Amino acid sequence: MAIIEQEPLALPVGDRPTGSSPIGVLTRPRTTTGWRSWVSTVDHKRIGIMYGIGSIFFFLVGGFEALLIRAQLATPDGTLLSADVYNQVYTMHGVTMVFLVIMPMAAAFANYLLPLQIGARDVAFPRLNALSFWIWLFGSIFFNTAWILGGGADGGWFNYAPNSGVIFSPGHGIDFYAVGLQIVGIASLVSAMNLIVTVLNMRAPGMGLMRMPVFTWMILVVQFLLLFAVPVITVALFLLMFDRLFGANFFNVSEGADPLLWQHLFWIFGHPEVYILILPAFGIVSEVIPTFSRKPIYGYPFMVFSGIVIGFMGWGVWAHHMFASGIGPLSVMAFSLSTMFIAVPTGVKILNWMATMWGGKIEFNTAMLFAVGLVAMFTIGGLSGVTHALGPADTQQTDTYYIVAHFHYVLFGGALLGFFSGFFFWWPKVFGHFLSERLGKWQFWASLIGFNLTFGPMHILGLQGMSRRIYTYGDDQGFSLWNLVATIGAFIIAISVLIFLANVVISYRGRHDQPAPGPDPWDARSLEWMVPSPTPEHNFDVVPVVTQNDEYWFRKYQIDEHENVTRIASSEEAAQAGDGTGVHLPSPSYWPLLVALALPIIGYAVIYNLWLAVPGALLLVASMYGWAFEPVDDPDGGHGAGGHDDHGGDDRSDSHAEIKTEETPVG
Amino acid sequence: MADTLTSERPDPAAFDLENAKTHDPHATNTGLTHNKLGMWLFLGSEALLFGGLISTFLLYKSKLVEITNPNDAAVLTRVTDLGVNIYDIPFTSVSSFVLLMSSLTMVLALAAIQRDDVARSRLWILTTAVLGSTFVAGQVYEFTVFAREGMKWDTNIFSSAFYTLTGFHGVHVTIGILLLLSLVVASLKGGLRKKHSETVELVGLYWHFVDVVWILIFVVVYLIPVAQADASAESGLARTGAITTISQIGD
Repeated sequence: MAIIEQEPLALPVGDRPTGSSPIGVLTRPRTTTGWRSWVSTVDHKRIGIMYGIGSIFFFLVGGFEALLIRAQLATPDGTLLSADVYNQVYTMHGVTMVFLVIMPMAAAFANYLLPLQIGARDVAFPRLNALSFWIWLFGSIFFNTAWILGGGADGGWFNYAPNSGVIFSPGHGIDFYAVGLQIVGIASLVSAMNLIVTVLNMRAPGMGLMRMPVFTWMILVVQFLLLFAVPVITVALFLLMFDRLFGANFFNVSEGADPLLWQHLFWIFGHPEVYILILPAFGIVSEVIPTFSRKPIYGYPFMVFSGIVIGFMGWGVWAHHMFASGIGPLSVMAFSLSTMFIAVPTGVKILNWMATMWGGKIEFNTAMLFAVGLVAMFTIGGLSGVTHALGPADTQQTDTYYIVAHFHYVLFGGALLGFFSGFFFWWPKVFGHFLSERLGKWQFWASLIGFNLTFGPMHILGLQGMSRRIYTYGDDQGFSLWNLVATIGAFIIAISVLIFLANVVISYRGRHDQPAPGPDPWDARSLEWMVPSPTPEHNFDVVPVVTQNDEYWFRKYQIDEHENVTRIASSEEAAQAGDGTGVHLPSPSYWPLLVALALPIIGYAVIYNLWLAVPGALLLVASMYGWAFEPVDDPDGGHGAGGHDDHGGDDRSDSHAEIKTEETPVG
Repeated sequence: MADTLTSERPDPAAFDLENAKTHDPHATNTGLTHNKLGMWLFLGSEALLFGGLISTFLLYKSKLVEITNPNDAAVLTRVTDLGVNIYDIPFTSVSSFVLLMSSLTMVLALAAIQRDDVARSRLWILTTAVLGSTFVAGQVYEFTVFAREGMKWDTNIFSSAFYTLTGFHGVHVTIGILLLLSLVVASLKGGLRKKHSETVELVGLYWHFVDVVWILIFVVVYLIPVAQADASAESGLARTGAITTISQIGD
């Protein structure tokens, strides 16, 4: 993996001019506009934007599937979907929302913001970063082509064995699930490795680990979770694929196989995955709430360490998904206890956000509303989660709509509200204009009301005994009223999403009529606000030297010994001009796209015809070698043979001059 | 701790002069290069991948299945009996030894490139690749024999787990061989010098990891089932079988 990012092996030592590729296929592209510049980009900001667009697209796909589910369940004895199609729709909805929406949306924020927040020019391996995105995109498309090739997966997003076997699911849907998620998993692994190296190795001078913004910290924890959780589900999917396509016996109960093996492997991945989904949103609101409360985050070390503790404890609670599977009373007790304990660090975060807001000068704009919405809604979801930490209670609740209510409160009420908060907060930084506040507030209230109408009643339905994953119910079962309410709520959510899309278009069209946001429209705290909006391609003119937490804020404000805050510089004075010259940036490349393109070809080969794997593998190997031998083709190179063109920070030595003039006292 | 990790640049004297000159502007917070840190993280992830497969094998190793013996009586047997009866422990031990020796030659290759002995390092890298290929060839031979003896990929849960785990490892060795051969080609073209020693080191890290995993697999997949079969042959299989069944119900 890392090998292929190494400097070209075949080039002789020395500065041979390298205008063309040694393989003679592709030269390093030079365009900076047009579609070619996007497909060959290795710029972390552009990759972040592409992740964002892709995840919003699949959000619409998954949302459409959700509306189908709710339309089917709106009235008793619904006939919109057959039982079979219903199974496919809820399975695809779940997988899409988890792997194709929330994870890449978090990746969008992480890619765009993480290098900026630590004062870096780019990530450690820019081409691998592009590779992650393309693998994710092609894997997602591959997974969804199941719809036109005979139907999607139909065993629920966890696809329990032996129900996922060929006997019970003879179509290719679950094959696309097994292969597609392996492909998407590679994307997560590559990006996890990349971002961890970036954070550990590329922080600006003076930025100790405990001076990193909470968002960066949470992303770091998430990448470690991904690094160790994804291989476990890869094993599970691998075994499932072998069972289904090549006649292995891993989940064949008649051969003595143990179906609990799948559940264990799945949930050893699956529970860390829950924190993979929620921690990025926690990071986002940990940036938004201090900014709009005009206070530093309360208990920064507690925020960081509770995130780390969640990261560790997340590995010790997986079997609480399996209380009803007969794992034995001792296991149930142990996992009940660990599940209740993991609520503690999560509670610490909730309390710290509230303490941050306490006594602050709170500004309720859209970003802040969404952030506060997360705190409130996630608390509800967290508390309902603790109720099924108890084995006996969970035995009643498991596989009912109570569970559905719970995880939508943490994933929609938690993760998605957090991401929308982030969209409104960082939109001016990314695109150079604001989203409309008026439409934003409409969107917030529509989604909050619609969300609670949809998922609040599901608590009741679940406790009344309505099962998950049942395609219809009878009029005499007493589920009709709340199901209708939930369906109305779902369509209100759909309206709120439409308002968001309208907002994107309208605010883009009207961007010249509103004042430019400047580098720091919110009077914010972390380093990304030090650069102009939109962020220049080279990020920082000079790499800032960090002397404390909330570095940028302390370049604008001074706190005297009586705790009086005085402004010492305007945002523009403290920010950089964005006119850096001679900055050494990574060169674009087509190879990541080509490497990624090979994977779905191999995927189709595994499912349909192994001969197809030959062109796929040839493309893969050829583009990996093309990648490895790609010349360091850089307009203003001059770094000699040792010159990695893959990371910035060249002028760090210059930036030491900065520390003398801009050093500010610690508050 | 945090601050020592970040603000200190690695001591330039720790590098050789050429490295220090080219790499200092890119000094990293940890002192490790991006590539090396990335490789360690990748190996950490790989450990979980093999961990999952080894756990799967361990789960199925002691399962019992009912088979009909020639007297038409149903008896419980361990699923591993399928393999234990045809394992060739001396053969596999030799090929394991060959693989372990390839780690030694890998170390020698790195030592050679670090003192800029390009020809010697090329020779050692090639030797490593040959030893690795010998191991893979042995595995292919072994698989062929096993399949001919009736232990096929889909015969029972043990054979599925056996071929998946050992085959997955074999693929890793094969990828390692391809990396080594790429190094040999690069070296022949004159592109593998002392300043590239980290590349050799990274391939070496991967190679050693794959070797270490094999030690674990050899013990878990070959030695322990054989030892268990021997132990139960002494004490009587039926008795052990009965106890295992009860404990499985108790689970």
